[in-house]
Amino acid sequence: MGWQRKILRVDLSAGTAVAEPLNMEWANAYLGERGLASKYLWENMDPAADAMGPDNVLIFATGPLTGTMSSTSGRYAVVTKGPLTNAIACSNSGGKFGAELKYAGYDLLLIHGRAPTPVYLHIVDDRVEIRSAQALWGQTVWDTEGWLKSHHQDTRLKVASIGVAGERGVYYACVVNDLHRAAGRSGVGAVMGSKNLKAIAVRGNLGVQVDQPERFMAAVRDTHKMLAESAGRKELTECGTDAMIDSMQAFGGLPTRNFQEVQFEGADKLNPEAMTEVRPNGHRNLLTNKACFGCTIACGRIAHIDKTHFTIVNRPQYWHASGGLEYETAFAFGPVVGVDDIDALTFAGYLMNEHGMDPISFGVTLAAAMELYELGVITDADTDGVALNFGNAEALTVMAEKTGKYEGFGQILGLGSKRMCERYGRPELSMSVKGQEFAGYDSRALQGMGLGYATSNRGACHLRHDAFAEDMEDQSGAGKAKPIKVSQDKTAMIDSTGLCLFTSAAWDVPEFQRQIDAACEGDWPESRLWEIGERIWNLERRFNLAAGLTAADDTLPPRMLEDPAPSGTAEGKVCQLDRMLPEYYELRGWTRDGLPSHETLQRLGLEESKA
Amino acid sequence: MQKALLIDPEKCTSCLQCELACSHQHTGMFNPVQSRIRVFEFEHGARAIPYTCTQCEAAWCLHACPVQAITVNAATGAKQVDADRCVGCKVCTVACPYGTINYEAHTGKVAKCDLCGGEPQCAVACPTGAITVSDPDTATHAINPLLLGRGATA
Amino acid sequence: MRHLIIGTGPAGVIAAETLRGHDSEAEILLLGDEPETPYSRMALPYLLANNVGETGTYLRPDPKHFQARRIQVQRGRAASVDSQAHTVTLEQGEQLDYDRLLIATGSHTVKPPIPGMDLDGIENCWTLADARAIAQRAQPGQQVVLMGAGFIGCIVLEALVARGVALTVVEREPRMVPRMMDQNGGELLKRWCESKGVRVHTGTQVDAIKADPERLSLTLGDGGMLEADLVVCATGVRPNIAFLEGSGIETDVGILVDEHLRTSAPDVYAAGDVAQGPVFNGGQREVHAIQPTAGDHGQVAALNMAGVDTVYGGSLAINVLNTLGLISSSFGQWQGVPGGDSASALNGEEFKYLRLEFDGDFLVGAIGLGLTQQVGILRGLIQTRVNLGQWKKELLRDPHQIVHAYLECNTSAEAAA
Ligand SMILES: Cc1cc2nc3c(=O)[nH]c(=O)nc-3n(C[C@H](O)[C@H](O)[C@H](O)COP(=O)(O)OP(=O)(O)OC[C@H]3O[C@@H](n4cnc5c(N)ncnc54)[C@H](O)[C@@H]3O)c2cc1C
Ligand code: SF4
Repeated sequence: MGWQRKILRVDLSAGTAVAEPLNMEWANAYLGERGLASKYLWENMDPAADAMGPDNVLIFATGPLTGTMSSTSGRYAVVTKGPLTNAIACSNSGGKFGAELKYAGYDLLLIHGRAPTPVYLHIVDDRVEIRSAQALWGQTVWDTEGWLKSHHQDTRLKVASIGVAGERGVYYACVVNDLHRAAGRSGVGAVMGSKNLKAIAVRGNLGVQVDQPERFMAAVRDTHKMLAESAGRKELTECGTDAMIDSMQAFGGLPTRNFQEVQFEGADKLNPEAMTEVRPNGHRNLLTNKACFGCTIACGRIAHIDKTHFTIVNRPQYWHASGGLEYETAFAFGPVVGVDDIDALTFAGYLMNEHGMDPISFGVTLAAAMELYELGVITDADTDGVALNFGNAEALTVMAEKTGKYEGFGQILGLGSKRMCERYGRPELSMSVKGQEFAGYDSRALQGMGLGYATSNRGACHLRHDAFAEDMEDQSGAGKAKPIKVSQDKTAMIDSTGLCLFTSAAWDVPEFQRQIDAACEGDWPESRLWEIGERIWNLERRFNLAAGLTAADDTLPPRMLEDPAPSGTAEGKVCQLDRMLPEYYELRGWTRDGLPSHETLQRLGLEESKA
Repeated sequence: MQKALLIDPEKCTSCLQCELACSHQHTGMFNPVQSRIRVFEFEHGARAIPYTCTQCEAAWCLHACPVQAITVNAATGAKQVDADRCVGCKVCTVACPYGTINYEAHTGKVAKCDLCGGEPQCAVACPTGAITVSDPDTATHAINPLLLGRGATA
Repeated sequence: MRHLIIGTGPAGVIAAETLRGHDSEAEILLLGDEPETPYSRMALPYLLANNVGETGTYLRPDPKHFQARRIQVQRGRAASVDSQAHTVTLEQGEQLDYDRLLIATGSHTVKPPIPGMDLDGIENCWTLADARAIAQRAQPGQQVVLMGAGFIGCIVLEALVARGVALTVVEREPRMVPRMMDQNGGELLKRWCESKGVRVHTGTQVDAIKADPERLSLTLGDGGMLEADLVVCATGVRPNIAFLEGSGIETDVGILVDEHLRTSAPDVYAAGDVAQGPVFNGGQREVHAIQPTAGDHGQVAALNMAGVDTVYGGSLAINVLNTLGLISSSFGQWQGVPGGDSASALNGEEFKYLRLEFDGDFLVGAIGLGLTQQVGILRGLIQTRVNLGQWKKELLRDPHQIVHAYLECNTSAEAAA
């Protein structure tokens, strides 16, 4: 148990939806969520297929702990081939949708093909309907969710949907669930749009059972307690992830103005104090914190925008509260575009959720456009007359909206930084790996982060490894391969449980092990979990190789490798990728060309896999 | 001892641990639709209110039941449903002005909060103290007791 | 103090218990004319559906319940009341005296005045005896015609289908449960029943019944003919007030009672289906023949009889119905009030419907189909007169925000207090 032992396969071309048993052999080898979905993707499509074509498969996957009483049990992952990267994409989301999908009885939902006209899926346990989305096409994520709830007369319906950005193929369109939670990265929303699938509305009544309830509840009690008592958890609850802004500013790892700088003079206007500061007119950005399903951390910020702010003064439809700034949104709408107006940032965040876009990729793409603009490569004639200078808060919100609605220069921004910069002949200005934009950490200050970005299977990402402690301690680039490899494997495993990575503020592998072992039948020693993590990483790698990526894609933009950090603790340093990468390949059991060796594949049981 | 749940919506993060704990206690499954406590969210989650039976004095459900399937637990004061006796007529569900006793199609019976025999699991599971157990003499319920024109009932 | 209660239905039983709760000394006598231990009419459908045995219909399962509370239960039928002399005469001639009298005699069924209604094979569904008779005939595969698809009829419908009979329903009004559902709701119910294999004729009535040698044959108003092994009649009930003739106790449709549940005669009270009393929101006194009203009446009457001055806030028509798995409910003035606003959401495909009726910023009535969770708050909102303020606008847009409206109006009311 833990698993529902059932998956739902929808073929939008054929208009069919069929439940089938979960392949338990795969579940035992890949756990769930990220890992299991990657295995299903591998087995169900040609990695070389067009990411935006009908042969791509879009998978929504829960884990064995999704929907249980484990803290943070609301996670699900969207796994597909990502259009932004042409690599495997795995975007993980919280909120309440994932647990609901599991309660409807499914571990995984596989979506094949392309509907001839826009549709949405309505799933109530065994009842699955592919319904016309004619009334919803062109609507925002927020309106879509509202329409579905009221049409089906069910305020507890859970919805994952795309906005116009996803419909029109913005390369970093995301899938938004529960209004402001998103499977954000790599353009999984664009894949959904390419399938003419507007939304998935689900209601589950079947519940989830665990294998050994008493042991499980004991593990839950203890692990909840650990989280409750941990300082890291406390900080997440009180400040969200935004607390990071102060440390990165001090450290000199806060990417500023398209990574030209690593410290931002306006950081203190965007930090947790700024979010809680009461202004002379009584307004305070942060309202409260909010949890995803089952989460005892509640790092989510709920904020509102000052009604007198230029962005919404005449737009009362935005006067309500919604998801507020987290570190990555603060970075992507703040330092990297040089903006320090917290209301503008908050509004840009609203727009991302409302229209369904990844804030990181949008912000970093806008940053590249701003650099192009300041360099004179693009002008007002390209930008619909908007002055794209760093620091222009209005440019941020106007462009966010244009991109969300796929209008004017927003269509160019919707290409992502790599395609956009190539278009203007300045590819080096795209701060991305494999086409996916960096998160808010500079790899000259955080060397291991550089290695993590370069080797992440879904393109630049800060959530595919965790070597902060090592990175803050040692900026030499020595000995980074090990912590990166180990944490990549661990992260892949955690992402496959159905739980949130942030629990690692208090938990390590033994805590996950206890919960998995009690929830799932069979024996789950820690060694097995580690092996699963490594197996997933290698499978993802194989997917990418089969998709046409090579070791040459495991690299960073020249700015990271050649331009020394201008200030902060890493002043004068560049990222030592050339030193770290070979060491990493070796540790992984890969050849110099970055191919998993025969022995490695054999050891991980990946050999008999296809391709 | 008469007990009741004291709910402070201000502290609720809508994590639904209470719904998970309640459903597990009563069904052995994690299944929020079968929870007798429900969290309602407002305005993109800016507010959330956990909501369940206040074990009200008037005991509307109990009095409406045609077959005495609802009784008062002597130890806790909880009004509880005897599932064996309940015929599933649902009259209690429309009689209770708080809407805290609900019909469950899969059992054909009604279900409500029974205070778990004295140790409400929702309160145990709540990570923020939004749900606590108190004795009703000192409790102020989040939801006003409704009088329904009952006048001077002692 | 000697309390006499006529009628052992829920109104009478709850009154007796309430009296005992407030007066440990008083003599309490419960008089009933049915042979069985006090039982609940409402539970009869579940007996028919074989969900419970006869003991499952008892109002109080504990056989010592009444004895333990020193409530004397006596079998007998009241034939007349002398309110001057404070006596009740039974049919057998016995005379009972009282200090306080509660009349809780409920109602009786009325059959339509058409030829053939007294033929064999035509049953009511009102008493345990009726239920036994139906159970005998309603066997799997038998043709059964149900006359009347009102509230009680629809509950019986469910039980008959559970018995596996081939069922046809005839309702004179243009839709099912006309006093509980509007056109939309009635249509959905009809469509639902038909989709489950029940034939439903609305807008026509049975004009005559004849006995074929084997079966009953029914002629419908629209010219149609039906055959039946059994006809169940659920065409209406009337309060049991005949025995009050000459008592001086004022009656109309039922016994007229004031907000203390007092009749026009001193020391005489009435409760339940037999009482025509104050309704919530003012207006003409009405008979609300439903279980919750019987319970409320029983309690309030008993409190007043025991000397605890209690004002009754008036009854509200509230009904909940399960029709082959489709749950419907209605509350108060669901037809709406002049000048009031109305909101509704209809999804016929999924058999979901919610209608709300407002008077100013107050909810006064509602209909729900396919709604099972937190339905009681509709009663709460109506009967505690919650001022919906801002939320009304929201509800006009999306009536399903009703629980949210209720919760916020109540919590903020407290915050203001
Ligand atoms: C099949 C069925 C289903 C129902 N379902 C529902 C439902 O789902 N929801 C709902 O709200 N209501 C329902 N009702 C109605 C509900 O049962 C009545 O409203 C309720 O029983 C009224 O209670 P009462 O005590 O006033 O009268 P009753 O229950 O009718 O009790 C009156 C008693 O007094 C006795 N009596 C009458 N005259 C005399 C006399 N002269 N002397 C001595 N005794 C006398 C009667 O025989 C009877 O025992 C249903 C009724 C039936 C028949
Ligand atoms: S649904 Fe069950 S508990 Fe509720 S009134 Fe009917 S019989 Fe009693």
